[in-house]
Amino acid sequence: MAKAPASAQGVGKTPDKLLEIRDLKIEATVYPPGEAPKDIVIVDGVSLTLERGKVLGLIGESGAGKSTIGLSAMGYGRGGVRITGGQVIINGRDILKSGIGGLRKLRGKEVCYVAQSAAAAFNPAHKLMDQVVEAAMLHGVANRAEAEKRAVALFKKLSLPNPEVIGNRYPHQVSGGQLQRVMTAMALCSEPDLIVFDEPTTALDVTTQIDVLAAIKDAIRDTGVAALYITHDLAVVAQVSDEIMVLRHGKLVEWGDTHQIIREPRKDYTNQLVSVHRIEHEEKTPGDKPLLSVKNVTAAYGGGVVDVLKNVTVDIHPGQTLAVVGESGSGKSTLARAITGLLPPREGSITFDGRTLPAKLADRTKNDLRELQMIYQMADVAMNPRQTVGTIIGRPLEFYFGMRGAERDRRVAELLEEIEMGKGFLDRYPAELSGGQKQRVCIARALAAKPRLIICDEVTSALDPLVANGILKLLLNLQAVENVAYLFITHDIATVRSIADSIAVMYRGAVVRYGSKSQVLSPPFDAYTDLLLSSVPEMEVGWLEKAIKGRRMEAAGN
Amino acid sequence: MSPILTLIAQRIALGVLLLFAVSVLIFAGTQILPGDVAQSILGQSATPEALANLRRELGLNDPAIVRYFSWLGGVLTGDLGTALTTRQPIASTLMPRLWNTLFLAFWAAIVSVPLAVILGLLAVRYRNGPIDKAISGFALASTSLPEFFIGYLLIFFVAVQMQWFPSISTVYAGMPLADKLNAIVLPATVLVLVVLAHMMRMTRAAILNVMQSAYIETAELKGLSSFDIIRKHAFPNAIAPIVNVIMLNLAFLIVGVVVVEVIFVYPGMGQYLVDHVSKRDVPVVQAVGLIFAAVYIGLNIIADIAAILANPRLRHPK
Repeated sequence: MAKAPASAQGVGKTPDKLLEIRDLKIEATVYPPGEAPKDIVIVDGVSLTLERGKVLGLIGESGAGKSTIGLSAMGYGRGGVRITGGQVIINGRDILKSGIGGLRKLRGKEVCYVAQSAAAAFNPAHKLMDQVVEAAMLHGVANRAEAEKRAVALFKKLSLPNPEVIGNRYPHQVSGGQLQRVMTAMALCSEPDLIVFDEPTTALDVTTQIDVLAAIKDAIRDTGVAALYITHDLAVVAQVSDEIMVLRHGKLVEWGDTHQIIREPRKDYTNQLVSVHRIEHEEKTPGDKPLLSVKNVTAAYGGGVVDVLKNVTVDIHPGQTLAVVGESGSGKSTLARAITGLLPPREGSITFDGRTLPAKLADRTKNDLRELQMIYQMADVAMNPRQTVGTIIGRPLEFYFGMRGAERDRRVAELLEEIEMGKGFLDRYPAELSGGQKQRVCIARALAAKPRLIICDEVTSALDPLVANGILKLLLNLQAVENVAYLFITHDIATVRSIADSIAVMYRGAVVRYGSKSQVLSPPFDAYTDLLLSSVPEMEVGWLEKAIKGRRMEAAGN
Repeated sequence: MSPILTLIAQRIALGVLLLFAVSVLIFAGTQILPGDVAQSILGQSATPEALANLRRELGLNDPAIVRYFSWLGGVLTGDLGTALTTRQPIASTLMPRLWNTLFLAFWAAIVSVPLAVILGLLAVRYRNGPIDKAISGFALASTSLPEFFIGYLLIFFVAVQMQWFPSISTVYAGMPLADKLNAIVLPATVLVLVVLAHMMRMTRAAILNVMQSAYIETAELKGLSSFDIIRKHAFPNAIAPIVNVIMLNLAFLIVGVVVVEVIFVYPGMGQYLVDHVSKRDVPVVQAVGLIFAAVYIGLNIIADIAAILANPRLRHPK
């Protein structure tokens, strides 16, 4: 087991220990399809200590047990998870021995929680202020008037607009970035000793994330609260943490101060995390005839008055990748819907391989449909859970090519080979696959149609960085072999660098910057592209302050 | 006008429209019933002249459209027509009986609605434990038994054997409230037992559904007690489905009490309806049908409006 870093030992003076976790063991019962229920160990023998006022980042891929450890500091097991061993000592007492009554006194008073999705974590039926002051009043930390005063001060500190009145609003009336800050204020309102931040910026746009991150960092520094900061993004955690603990499969990999972890990682796995997303991809020069040509497309939903796509013009060349970037609501996915015919544009035309595509899906030929395939963000819900991998991949073969029996099975096996999975997966159901494997099956299904163009809508966004990297490499290999073009929708600049040949930056329904990768990513930038690029966290201590200072434009949604 | 008022106005307008449609259906339905009213009043031995006279007097020779509108005009001005069998105006006979039915329904509701909601909350609080199972078991058993069976059981044990309450629920104008309440204890109990389970199970299901939400975890991590979480955080988000099922059951309390009223010889609408259906007294059947329809539609409008008001997204638009 790794030793605590020197700073955690408090050189020269007695460390003022707030939280100590000793040999924590957490288990859960899983119910795999078609098998007997079994107990699995989620967290295995993890120990840590945290001093007052310090921030410890917990980092790892999904399933590493980081949220589970964070919640154990409140004596809470999410979804039937059980803490089966070890000690969690807060302010000198083992909270696991204090019973449910003791835990209720701890939760919301000594330890507070900030969830990943504030939009879901706020009760839609109550005003924000009622929810923000609830814990402080419940635990007798303050009466209503004092608590409200404190909440307003916190709203100000977190730079929320209209701090005096924002508490009178309901959760659906404020934006996601604001809600995340209100949730931070809610956690701070009862002046806890420790806050557990559980991926507080993961669900936000990159341009919003930076503001929320800065607000959280300031609030932590000014209030002197200690924090467990849980995330899968090392660059983010590097901005706020004093120390970082790397976890994998519920076990400790490495624990050190922030600088050491990101500059001199001692373990291979940490090194992999630090160096992730470094695919070198030479951009290809566009040919003279584009495969898909979107010309002056304007579209609105439901015949509405608000155009969600404004005069969009882009080209995609055979065997190349156009990356479409922008924050949520910028019209990226709407562009995909217009191209696939799901949302017929009001104006403009879409040309594919020299012929104009009918605007409506219903008017397109089977061949039009075959040549243009789609892969989605949530591989989980894009597959029928009651069909096997073989059926899922075989379906387009039957539908487009009329393949049957042995011929189809041989082709399915080939496709499984192409996505590096092998035919052992033929009879598996989606529920038995990992996130990355599911996305690979979706890729194989798209490839089965032998398309000329695949629209990839945030296909790596729900995946862990290392897994996402594998998917990107696979897509690049397939492009080299099959000469298929991609329209790659993403909000992640690192992904764009890895895969794009040309880039379109979208903002509020319009393309604000378009060209080859090297052109788009080199200065001089327009204001929005500058904001987008400068908001991507870099793995470097002190990046946050520099980035905030250097900004030329305010992020939307704040 | 604010969008929420528009929505509510729409619901009410739709309700009125629906009520007119129902009045057409009721009228048409009673017209296609076989048999001749004049014949059934005067009996088999009536002379053709007497029958013709009566038909003219009752307006039975007019076209159906004319009769519909003259009936509707009467209803809208508070004149429900004249009962064929008794030659009495229907409104004056019906009103006291309507009040009796509403009186019984009111007390049954006063007991059953809070009881159902509280039992539902308790069932969620102790879900899957013995308390939950006991509540569900009792409620389901009481619903599964037909109301006449429960009625006779109560009469046999409570009225006959123990002689606590009367088995015949006679009420009359000018009767003191305490006596009236004493008289309706047994029919009210039967009604409570019949509607309780449905409302309780729905409350339980609606709240359990909400209990999966992330904001319930937030409340738990604030250190709230289980019951406070259910009351403050789960219940307000489960109101719409709960109100819906409550309104359906209230409607049942008013329009579905026929059997209970007959068992306990209670002078309400149900009893009155049964009497006149058997005598083929068409105007009475029409009037009672229309009142039942109005109650049903009215209560469902209230449920709809409550659901609209319970939704913060509609109440407080962006």
